[in-house]
Amino acid sequence: METRARPQGRSFSLNDPGVRAAAYQILVAALVLFAGWYLISNTLENLARQSIGTGFGFLEREAGFEVGESLIDYSAQDSYARAFLVGILNTLKVAVIGIVLATVLGTLLGVARLSSNWLVAKLAGGYVEVVRNVPLLLQLFFWYAALTEGLPGPRQALQPLPGVFLSNRGLKIPGAAEDPAWAALGIALLAGIAGAVAVHVWANRRHTATGVRPPAGAISAGLVLGLPLLTLLAFGGAALDVPELKGFNFTGGLTLTPEFAALLFGLVIYTAGFIAEIVRSGILAVPHGQTEAAAALGLSRGRILRLVVLPQALRVIIPPTTSQYLNLTKNSSLAIAIGYSDFVSVANTTINQTGQAIEGVAAIMAVYLTISLGLSLAMNWYNKRIALVTR
Amino acid sequence: MKLRKLGAGAAAFVMAGLFAGTAVAGPTVDSIKQRGQLRCGVNTGLAGFSSPDSAGKWSGLDVDICRAVAAAVLGDANKVAYTPLSTQQRLTALQSGEIDILSRNTTWSLTRDTQGMDFGPVVYYDGQGFMVRKDLGVKSAKELNGATICVQPGTTTELNLSDWFRANNLTFKSVVIESLDEVSAAYFAGRCDAFTTDGSQLASLRASVAQKPDDHVILPELISKEPLAPVVRHGDDQWLDIVKWTVYALLEAEEKGITAANVDEKLKSTDPTIQRMLGAQAGMGTALGLDDKWAYRAIKSVGNYGEIFDRHVGKASPFKLERGQNALYTQGGLMYAPPIR
Repeated sequence: METRARPQGRSFSLNDPGVRAAAYQILVAALVLFAGWYLISNTLENLARQSIGTGFGFLEREAGFEVGESLIDYSAQDSYARAFLVGILNTLKVAVIGIVLATVLGTLLGVARLSSNWLVAKLAGGYVEVVRNVPLLLQLFFWYAALTEGLPGPRQALQPLPGVFLSNRGLKIPGAAEDPAWAALGIALLAGIAGAVAVHVWANRRHTATGVRPPAGAISAGLVLGLPLLTLLAFGGAALDVPELKGFNFTGGLTLTPEFAALLFGLVIYTAGFIAEIVRSGILAVPHGQTEAAAALGLSRGRILRLVVLPQALRVIIPPTTSQYLNLTKNSSLAIAIGYSDFVSVANTTINQTGQAIEGVAAIMAVYLTISLGLSLAMNWYNKRIALVTR
Repeated sequence: MKLRKLGAGAAAFVMAGLFAGTAVAGPTVDSIKQRGQLRCGVNTGLAGFSSPDSAGKWSGLDVDICRAVAAAVLGDANKVAYTPLSTQQRLTALQSGEIDILSRNTTWSLTRDTQGMDFGPVVYYDGQGFMVRKDLGVKSAKELNGATICVQPGTTTELNLSDWFRANNLTFKSVVIESLDEVSAAYFAGRCDAFTTDGSQLASLRASVAQKPDDHVILPELISKEPLAPVVRHGDDQWLDIVKWTVYALLEAEEKGITAANVDEKLKSTDPTIQRMLGAQAGMGTALGLDDKWAYRAIKSVGNYGEIFDRHVGKASPFKLERGQNALYTQGGLMYAPPIR
C-alpha cells in the first residue's frame, strides 16, 4: 500500500492543496489592498490638484444656514457637526414615528383584506393596489400640496378647539409652559405606566395559578389615567403655552409643520400598503387547520387571531417587514423635495457650502448604515425570541 | 504550472498599474473638440436665464454664454448639450467633470473660488432681494421679523439670509426646498410669507410663474452682492482664458457697436481694435489656442452683450429689467472689458 508521504513541517510545496489555497487567498487580498490604495491615492491627488479640501475638519466651522425644524436648539452660528446632529435627530424622528404608524396601519389593512365583509376586503385591496403603484415622490408632493394649498393662511386659520390652530403653517397646539406641575405630571404618568406593567405581570401569574383572570385592563387604565389626573387636581391645574398670532406667524405652543406631516403621511401610507400584503401573506401561511382546531376549541375570532394565528404568522412576517422598515428609513431621504430638514438635506447643503463631497456622502452612508444595522439587529433579536422551536 | 501562469498574470497587472500612475483629467478643450459638443450646466428652468421651451429648446442669458463659447471653440453655437442642475447638484457636477462649464446664475464667492473652481467674468451683477405678497402690507425687509421665508438650499442666498437677519436683530423661520418649481409653488401657495433669492430670479418668477404678478411686490432692499458668472474647473488655464475672453469679446462688441447683424461688414473695418477682435488681424485667436475667427463666430451667433441682455431680460423680454449695474462702464454701469490686444 502506497501512501503519498506528506511533506514535513518546514518544507512546503505548491502541490499541497492547503498551501495553494493559502497562496491564492494571500494573492487576492494583496490585489484588493492594492486596488484600494490605488483608488484612494488617485482620489487624494486629484482633489489636491483641484485644491478641494479633505478631512473632517470642516465639522467645526460655522454652518451659516438655518434648518426648518429641529428637536434641539440650533442656530446658523452653530457648527456643521451640530447641524448634522439636528439632521440625524430629524431623520430618526420621522423614521421611528413612521415605523410605528405604518406597522399599525399595515396590520389593520392586512387583516381587513382577509375580512369576510366583502366591502371592507375590497376597499383594503383597492387601497393597497393604488398606494403600491404610485411612486413615493409623487405621493409626497401630493400630500405637501394638499396641506399647503388646501389649508388657509395663518390669518384665516381654522380653530377646531380653543388654542388649536390649523393653517398652512402647520398644526399649532398648546404646549407646556414653565410650571412645576408638568414635572409632577410626568412622574405620575411614568408611575402609572410602571404600575400598569406590574398589574399585568401579577394578573398573568394569578391567571396561570388559579385560572381566573383579574380585570387587569381596567386596573391599569385606571392607574395610567388616574394618577396623572390626581396630580393635576392636587396642583390645581398646569399652565399652558397657548399659541397666538403675532405678526406673521403663531408664536408659542407646539408645532406640527406641514413638511413633517406630509412626509409622515406619505411614508406611512406608502409603507403600510406593503406591510399589509406581508401581514396578509403571513396569516395565509398558517395552515387553515390551526384556525379550524382553535374554533373547535371554542376560541373567539379575536382570540384565534391573537393566540393561535399571529404567533405562527410572525415568523413569516418579520423578515420582510424588517426590509420595509429599512425602506421607510431610506425613503425619508426624499424629505429634501418637500422641505423637511432631514440628514440628507443637511448633509447636501454642507457638501455644497464646503465642496467636500466625498466626506459628506461618506457621512450619509455611515449614518444610514448605522440606523439600518441597528434596526436589523433589533428585529433579528425579536425574531429569534419569538421563533417556534420545532422538535 | 497553473499557479506560475496566474502569478505572471498578476505581476503584469500590478506593474501596469504602477506605471499607469495617477489618472489625470486631460485639457478640457481637447475633450470638447473630440466629443464635438460643449457640455453646459444650466438651471432647471429660470425664465430669462436658462429655461427650455415647449419643444425642449433652451434659451436665456446663461444659455447664450454657452452658445457663444461653443461657437468660439467648435464653430457652431448649436453644438451644446445642456444639463439642468439644481442648486444642490450644480457645483458637484462641475467638480466631478460631468459638465465643462456651469452657466447657471451662480454667485462668485471666495469659498467657491477656492474649492476647485474658477469663475469667468461677471455676466450679471445682481443682489439678493425679497418678494412678499402685497396684502401683507410690508414695505421694507426690516419689517419681516418672525416671518417664514422660502429659500433654496446650497446657495449664498441661504447664508446671506441668516447673516442679514442676525445683523439686524430679527428672527425668521426658514422653509428650505431644493427644486425651484417646488419652492416657488410653496411661496405662491402661501406656505411662506416671503421668498428670497437673486433680484433677477424674483423678477423672472413674478412675471412667469405668479398667477397675478401684481399681487406680489419685490422689496426695495438688496441685502447682498450677487455677481453671477460662469464657472469652470480649476487646473485648466487655457479653458478659463477661452471662457473669459469670449465674454469680454461680447462686451467689447457692444462697446464698439458690433451687432450680430453688422458683424460681417465690421470685418472690413479699418479700426485696428475691431480688426484684432474679429480676426482680420491675426494673433488673438492663436494666443488662446483657437483660430482667429473665434470672436467673429461668437458675436455672429448670439450678438453682443447688449443684444443678449435686451433679448432675454431687458426691453425685448417680458421682464423689462433695467440695465442698471449691468450697463457698460461708459453708461454708468459696471461692465468693463479689458482690451483685446
